[in-house]
Amino acid sequence: MKEFIKKIERINFGLMSPEDIRKMSVVRVETPDTYDSDGYPIENGLMDPRLGVLDPSLRCHTCGVRGGDCQGHFGSIELARPVLHVGFGDIIHKILRSTCNDCGRVLLPEDVLDDYREKLADAIDHRDNLEDILKKIQSDAKKVEINESKQNDIVDKIMDDIYPEENDTYDHIERRDILINILNQLYAEAYMQRDETEEKAQFKYIDPKQLCPHCRKNQSLEDIEASYETLEMKHNAEIDEIENSIRENIESDYTKKIEKIDKKIDELNSAEGEVDTEAIEKLEDERAKLVEDQELKSERKFDTEFKRRIRDYIKESHVQAYIQEAIVLDKPVTIHQGDYKLTASEIRERLENITDEDIYILGINPEVARPEWLVLTVLPVPPVTVRPSITLDTGERSEDDLTHKLVDILRINQRLVENMEAGAPQLIVEDLWDLLQYHVTTYFDNEASGVPPSKHRSGRPLKTLTQRLKGKEGRFRSNLSGKRVNFSARTVISPDPNISINEVGVPEMIAKEVTVPAYVNDWNIDEIRTYVENGPNVHPGANYMITESGSRRKINEDTKEFILENLKPGDIVERHLKDGDMVLFNRQPSLHRMSMMAHEVRVLPYKTFRLNLCVCPPYNADFDGDEMNMHVFQTDESRAEAKSLMRVQEHILSPRFGGPIIGAIHDHISGAYLLTRKSMTFPEEQALQIVRKSHLPIPEYDGEKWLLKKSESDEDIAIEREIAKKTKNVRGTKADKETYLNTLDLSDDEKAKRLKANKWDDEEKEIIKSIAHKRIADEITAKYATDSDDGIDESIIEKFEGDRWTGKELFSLLLPNDLNLTYKAEICTKCGQCDRILREAPDPSVVDYEHLCPIDAYVVIENGILKHGVIDEKAYGSMSGQILDKIVKEYGPGRAKEFLDRSTDLAICGIMVTGITTSLNDEEIPEEAQARINEHLQKSEEKVDRLIDAYNEGILDALPGRSLEETLEMRIMQVLGEARDKSGEIAEDYLTMEHNHSVVMARTGARASMLNLTQITSCVGQQAVRGGRIHRGYIERTLPHFKRNELGAKAKGFVHSSYKSGLDPIEFFFHAMGGREGLVDTAIRTAQSGYMQRRLVNALQDLQVKPSGLVTDNQSNVVQRIFGDDGVDPAKSDFGIAANLDKLIEEIKLEEKSDVSQVGK
Amino acid sequence: MKIDIQQHNLVPKHEVISESEKELLQQNSDFDINNLPKIKIDDPVVKELAKSSEISAGDVLKITRDSKTAGEFISYRIVIEG
Repeated sequence: MKEFIKKIERINFGLMSPEDIRKMSVVRVETPDTYDSDGYPIENGLMDPRLGVLDPSLRCHTCGVRGGDCQGHFGSIELARPVLHVGFGDIIHKILRSTCNDCGRVLLPEDVLDDYREKLADAIDHRDNLEDILKKIQSDAKKVEINESKQNDIVDKIMDDIYPEENDTYDHIERRDILINILNQLYAEAYMQRDETEEKAQFKYIDPKQLCPHCRKNQSLEDIEASYETLEMKHNAEIDEIENSIRENIESDYTKKIEKIDKKIDELNSAEGEVDTEAIEKLEDERAKLVEDQELKSERKFDTEFKRRIRDYIKESHVQAYIQEAIVLDKPVTIHQGDYKLTASEIRERLENITDEDIYILGINPEVARPEWLVLTVLPVPPVTVRPSITLDTGERSEDDLTHKLVDILRINQRLVENMEAGAPQLIVEDLWDLLQYHVTTYFDNEASGVPPSKHRSGRPLKTLTQRLKGKEGRFRSNLSGKRVNFSARTVISPDPNISINEVGVPEMIAKEVTVPAYVNDWNIDEIRTYVENGPNVHPGANYMITESGSRRKINEDTKEFILENLKPGDIVERHLKDGDMVLFNRQPSLHRMSMMAHEVRVLPYKTFRLNLCVCPPYNADFDGDEMNMHVFQTDESRAEAKSLMRVQEHILSPRFGGPIIGAIHDHISGAYLLTRKSMTFPEEQALQIVRKSHLPIPEYDGEKWLLKKSESDEDIAIEREIAKKTKNVRGTKADKETYLNTLDLSDDEKAKRLKANKWDDEEKEIIKSIAHKRIADEITAKYATDSDDGIDESIIEKFEGDRWTGKELFSLLLPNDLNLTYKAEICTKCGQCDRILREAPDPSVVDYEHLCPIDAYVVIENGILKHGVIDEKAYGSMSGQILDKIVKEYGPGRAKEFLDRSTDLAICGIMVTGITTSLNDEEIPEEAQARINEHLQKSEEKVDRLIDAYNEGILDALPGRSLEETLEMRIMQVLGEARDKSGEIAEDYLTMEHNHSVVMARTGARASMLNLTQITSCVGQQAVRGGRIHRGYIERTLPHFKRNELGAKAKGFVHSSYKSGLDPIEFFFHAMGGREGLVDTAIRTAQSGYMQRRLVNALQDLQVKPSGLVTDNQSNVVQRIFGDDGVDPAKSDFGIAANLDKLIEEIKLEEKSDVSQVGK
Repeated sequence: MKIDIQQHNLVPKHEVISESEKELLQQNSDFDINNLPKIKIDDPVVKELAKSSEISAGDVLKITRDSKTAGEFISYRIVIEG
């Protein structure tokens, strides 16, 4: 098949119209059968050869292409009755809910619609999300069921419209009641016209929203008027009555008030003594006012006015003798209106009624999808290639699940047609119709809620269209977003300290299987020939050859000759993986970028991938059976990109904390410690052996002494580089040729002749070349010799014959010559002695560094020489290595890689010289220590008992913000915590680094911790569940061995024993409880953090950082103006800080100090 | 009691920048000012600022925050209709 390259400009999603489906269809499928008795596909059946063919020996009846090459053609089924599409039940419901049942308009007034149209257009212009607007439209235009509070709102609104100026007056409340009454009656009348169930009609008001604002004109206005007239007649009397009673009430109110005032006046007048004329006057004024008011009120004819207004209002605005009932979706495909179930045909009719302009408002683009297309009248039949039938070994044919489902649909469809034609009763037709709906539903989605899944004969639920696409195992996640790839390999990993961190050991077996395409050209044709000669079974061989024309040939004994003969530039040979190839190496879960790094291949024997131990931390790998994946790059571009961006050495620094994540672990650390500690010295011979074994440069020997650390000054490198550059293509000048001729025994004449002829044989050419080479080298060396101030080479360690070499000196060979650094080693006990001495020293240059730290934990590196201190985790350990950190950041990853590789070798040498071993003896402490520990634990227990006593006697003081019980618990925890710590301290006094490798490992940070060791030797300590002492188990006690409510240490999970001495059964049980919690927590944590990571990655995946540091999302919205506020690359920061000033000052001090001492020399 | 939220120690300093400053910002930036992070006009801080100067949609606020790593960090937000 010819291949095209087309650029996708955009994708439109839409619906297929029935016409589209028919147009696309090549077969109108009518017969539910697939094959006839002879095994031939039936015409117009589901296996019609016009739908495409499976067998390569057949030709497709539509396109004439062979099976396998023809991608198939769609057919169609004409459904006897329309059915809803399961996927669209929700959309159909939303549309029906928002449109008028009669006129099909959206249930919003025209001006509101215009508003929304504008808003939508605006949002589309701005590429904003339309979802919110559409949601708003749909909820605004919704037909709603009315409840009590909504009814009140409506009445209030009408009242407001009619009497906007009035508020909670007595009249107003009365009028409100009248209005409710009128509306009630009006509604009942209207409702009865439609439904004739008076009962339902009571107590309901009309919501204007339930009325179509558009087709009001189309409805008969007379009807409404008539109904209003009748209402008026009916209820005028009632209204009058209410009005009268109101008037009476008011009048009597006033009469009562006037009477009251009259009484008061009388009282005042008849009072003894002086008459209060002023008060009487006041009361009389009041009385006059009331009389006036009374007259005014009783005259006011608000009744007729009110009636007129209501009438106008009802006519003009919303009230209509027609109610649209709420439409309810009964998932997935049944839609009810009230009690009535809408049929698919009715739904389709309603959808057809909706205008293009209106459906646009509801979020459907009529250019690509008319709403009635949501209801199926014709069903597309996918080509057979989509649902291939399988022939079993027995010769039996087994059909695809989709085919089974299509057969079901066809069968019911046929029966429905027959019944309809025969004029079967409505009930039967409807039942069949429902059945058809069921089959079409399950054909699309067999896991739709509320629909029983359709089953295979065997009882297995069928895998229909949705199931093919959905979920982790679906087409998208399993076959499109991620798929199985070629040129990849997976096997168990194991360690190999002898390969570089940049390398990966690949088993030969794998190297011969996964290949690299090698493009043959004039320069490599001979090399590639050897691969082809080796064939697929000998290691650096080749498996396939691809000619320029694209044909692919397998290389084997038979084809080898032919291929060798025809191999020419332009061909591609898929050769075996060989040393130096770049591959991608990965360990799941790929949580950060260091989970996939590019390695160089080292083809090795055996069957595991080998990796340097320093790369275990970034992959989080160990060798307890872990497997890893390898992928081989197939293009030069990918190789180059990976090499510069993904190589292991480029990831030594982690962006997570700004320090090295690739670094020494385990024996690598303890080895360096054993090598560099003070007591470690070697005789010359052994030292040189170590140097040789670690692939370090051999020190120079000048006849009487060894000069360590000289060979690699920057100047030397520069000279060498310049010489190499200048002599690369040199052929010799005339002078060089003369010099050569001078060495020969020739006469001047002859010399001149030869010089002029300028003809030299190969041998002579070589000689001339070497002469030129020597001349240039001399020139350059001379130039540098004069340039350089012949100062002392700072980094010199001299060793005379017979001198013992220290481990520190050997380690110094690894360090760059101008490295200056001080820090406190991991083994530092924070005794503070060094700081004290340094603080008190009058002059920092005269400090006795040799005795600064009693355990040699103060590391000083001067000009690349490890002067003091030991090498441990803090030096080059993963995550905390100071020296390593400085080397990567200041000398680059290349140098750091070299440092790691060589230090691995050196540490192994160190560990091999001293040996490292551990046994239970390492956790042995003298009896006196054990006695001290026991005594201490005893004391602590007594302390706990005293606390409990204090609590029981009620003399324990509660801590602020805590209850008495909490206080006690906290105090006890504190005492017991101290008890464990103290017992540990006692044990630690006896666990020294001298001859105890367990302690060496713990203290240097290689593995385990002092806590682990003290738990083994002295005391395991308190066991905790949920952060507190153990309290659950039996009623008011942890175990039946204790008294109820016992609060002592032992009863609540304190373990006095050590692991070595062994736990008693009770302790063991508590320990198991604590241990279980630990396991459960880790299990839960991984699950939780996995999901968290997924969400975080999804949220951040489209962010990009522009060269200026600007962070934007994929819509170019600004996220940060400068990344991280400071523009600092976290990987290059100093453990998260842009610049660590204290550290810099220390280094400058060191540099100055060494300068001073140089001058002093 | 009314509290000026801008006085709170957790509320960074917000200022409205002038039209000319806005132009300058646009000139010196490689992004469109309309793509800046947004702040609603009815945001409490904006309301507070609106007491002293008129603020309308399209104005840009300069926000000066304390930063652990950078000392002080200036970010901008564009005011949008609520």
